[in-house]
Amino acid sequence: MDDEFVLGGHRFKSRLVVGTGKYKDFATMKAALVASGAEMVTVAVRRLDLNARGEASLLHWIPKEMVLLPNTAGCFNADDAVRTCRLARELQLGGENPLVKLEVLSDPTTLLPDVEETLKAARQLVSEGFRVLPYTSDDPVAARKLEEAGCAAVMPLGAPIGSGLGLCNPYALQMILDQAKVPVIVDAGVGTASDCAQCMELGVSGLLVNTAISGAQDPVLMATAMKLATEAGRLAFKAGRIPRKLYGNASSPLSGVIGAR
Amino acid sequence: MRATINGEPLLLPEGLSVLSLLAHLKVVADRVAVERNGAVVKKARHAEELLSDGDVLEIVTFVGGG
Repeated sequence: MDDEFVLGGHRFKSRLVVGTGKYKDFATMKAALVASGAEMVTVAVRRLDLNARGEASLLHWIPKEMVLLPNTAGCFNADDAVRTCRLARELQLGGENPLVKLEVLSDPTTLLPDVEETLKAARQLVSEGFRVLPYTSDDPVAARKLEEAGCAAVMPLGAPIGSGLGLCNPYALQMILDQAKVPVIVDAGVGTASDCAQCMELGVSGLLVNTAISGAQDPVLMATAMKLATEAGRLAFKAGRIPRKLYGNASSPLSGVIGAR
Repeated sequence: MRATINGEPLLLPEGLSVLSLLAHLKVVADRVAVERNGAVVKKARHAEELLSDGDVLEIVTFVGGG
């Protein structure tokens, strides 16, 4: 079964992208990454702690074959996000057109995206050759503008980051899917496996999940559940579901029932 | 020479390059990226890029994130 997910010059079999944040330790993180089947993982760019040298590096615990997707998490304006992406490109030491997850937030309480600043940063980054995957609101207009700015995908939220509320507005997501010519990845909001399946059934190209795995009581088991749910949702989308109907529709013949006159 | 590194003011020896700064700070250079006064200093230029008084530097690495 060939159902590859092509994104920014990479070909993926897995449609589940996972984060590397908030695990209790690196060993659990690695086990969860492997269990998820993910082929791309997000990483953050932060100041090096100059007083704590020689400790284990994150990269040591990420399987070599996984593609790194640096993010701009924590940035609240376009300039900081652009600088973070340039540093991420330097950190990867290779590839002139690296994938970056552009995330420009509006405030620390809602963590909702600042679409205006995101769009500004996206235009700049695209002009510098980055393959930009922008985290955005579930607004179809914002998604369209980001696509027009040359982004390699659009990544609307299902719900606020880390909220675990699941897909709050499937109708908005459907509009984004209907118009998009680039891959649509649901980023943020997933709480459990059924949320993965629901998003995939609507036809999104992929999912990005962090907290729902790292914060689960058993992250490795949840990673496995989400891998299966993502695959199941994808298969259901491709299979084509039956239309919803208000009334019943018998699955056994109505004729030939014993005792009929 | 004064410089601000990762938000902290530091007093440094004169005439440091980016490369010698990283050695001075005992940083493993393979795993970091350096920005000087808002612009990335590519690794290939670490040895020749000399610091000036008042420089603002960011030394970053990858950490876990979503």
